Amino acid sequence: MEEKLQPIVQQLEQAFGVQASEYRGDVTLVIPRERIVEACQKMKDLGFELLSALTAVDYWPEENPRFHVIYQFTSVSQNLRLGFRVPVPGVQPTVPSVAHIYHNANWRERELWDMFGVKAEGHPDLRRILMPADWEGHPLRKDYPLGYEEPQFTFNFDEIDVRKPYAKE
Amino acid sequence: MPDIFEVTVDDLKHLVSERAVTGETMLLNMGPQHPSTHGVLRLLLELDGETVVNCIPDIGFLHTGIEKNMEAKTYQKAEVMTDRLDYLNTVGNNLAYCMAVEKLLDLDVPPRAQAIRVILTELQRIASHLVWLGTAALDVAAMSTFLYCFREREDILDILELVSGQRMMTTYIRPGGLWRDVPVEFEAAVRDFLKMFPKRIDQYEALLTRNPLFLDRTLGIGKISAEEALNLGVTGPLLRAVGVKWDLRKARPYSGYEQYEFEVPTRTEGDVYARYLVRVQEMRESLKIVEQALNKLPMGPVRSNNRKYVPPPRSEIGVSMEALIHHFKLWTEGFNAPKGYVYSAVESPRGELGVYLESDGGPHPYRVHWRTPSFDNLQALPLMAKGHLIADLVAIIGSIDIVLGDIDR
Repeated sequence: MEEKLQPIVQQLEQAFGVQASEYRGDVTLVIPRERIVEACQKMKDLGFELLSALTAVDYWPEENPRFHVIYQFTSVSQNLRLGFRVPVPGVQPTVPSVAHIYHNANWRERELWDMFGVKAEGHPDLRRILMPADWEGHPLRKDYPLGYEEPQFTFNFDEIDVRKPYAKE
Repeated sequence: MPDIFEVTVDDLKHLVSERAVTGETMLLNMGPQHPSTHGVLRLLLELDGETVVNCIPDIGFLHTGIEKNMEAKTYQKAEVMTDRLDYLNTVGNNLAYCMAVEKLLDLDVPPRAQAIRVILTELQRIASHLVWLGTAALDVAAMSTFLYCFREREDILDILELVSGQRMMTTYIRPGGLWRDVPVEFEAAVRDFLKMFPKRIDQYEALLTRNPLFLDRTLGIGKISAEEALNLGVTGPLLRAVGVKWDLRKARPYSGYEQYEFEVPTRTEGDVYARYLVRVQEMRESLKIVEQALNKLPMGPVRSNNRKYVPPPRSEIGVSMEALIHHFKLWTEGFNAPKGYVYSAVESPRGELGVYLESDGGPHPYRVHWRTPSFDNLQALPLMAKGHLIADLVAIIGSIDIVLGDIDR
């Protein structure tokens, strides 16, 4: 762990009663869902100006927690990086929105909703962002199948063409 | 479900001002098919006459599900898709992905491979800035610059073709090193470019930097403060144009950038003109890096010797049984990466390009997330555009240098 990061991590560990882990130099803290807004505010106060990434991982078929929401912070002034992980259960997955603290979380949380179906509570404008507005399902979930197009050959062209989903005539 | 999905003004009430609901201001769609949106970007504009009151970007038209697709491929095969994200920074995308994989595997990269990576990514940065300069100048009606920029970009693409066989989708950088060593003509080709290009930058600057028409269209347009920029996650030349000296190549050096001397150009004005100056200066700095890297290009292998992750050279396969087995295993089932997750970032021409990579111990990435710089940079557009004319909005979009493949992934 970088020397400058140690006091910050210790402070966070005490404030939130968690244990930091390190893997290949990346320091991560697992923050309980109820305290993530408080933790993000704390990060902002500690001089982490940039919310670099906000995304999630789906551990389906595991249910509790099914998702880990990932926050990656960067401090431009101190040249430091730190990550948060927030476990979220599979039934009615939500996280509190941090868009009022880091403004770019606005689109990132919309992407989180669009791709994983994890709702950001208190978000000012929670709509789908990448998929069409009337899309069903959340593509980056592990139980969402990866689609493919059936290849047509001369011998079965018509047979496949009948059930192929595209505009005909 | 209805066949046509309709959105009424009521659905957008929280995004537009009250005057739009009463019909006092006009709602207008700009794009997705519009020459100045640099791809398929749709902007919903609320206009008071010609002045932008609100600007609501609508993205996703180029969403290709690359993150989902990468989960179904092995680590080596998933790399091919990374070229298609930000199609103006293909080598940089490869580098970001390979660095994340190498960090996950704790894999070493030989110094020669690192130096060649730096040369190619810097050339790619120049090529990307050339596309930006050409199209951004075209947006403010400077046609000739566009033609000159694309002429020079062609030279860089020729160099990429020389080393990889492909002009754009190179996939030349591989986990653990490079696909193969550069051909003998490489050094001469890069030296020719280094000799020719500084004069060309002077020519672009002669056309634009003190051109009164260009100044009228760019000075004081699309201003943003440093605090707002950081809060919106803006990185890259946009952030440096508001006076924040933040460049990952300098701040957190990777791939041997600490060996090279170069400046990080910054401006404080934060308008379209400042972004222009920063990017033009960046091209000159990139040339410096390429020259230094080429001068002290070390000899040696270009691929890691770790056979569990990196395929053996072709010459070994015919004589070594182990090499044949490794080759076969690596190209059929791939390698099993250790369980864990890493976040690794590089400085792309547009800002911080980060890759979050998680492994469950198998041969496929469990989750790949691309933290693409354009995604956050575009979020700053509504703030920059507020109160400006539509014509200025076009100049602002040009100055952000968005690539829709980078935003929609």
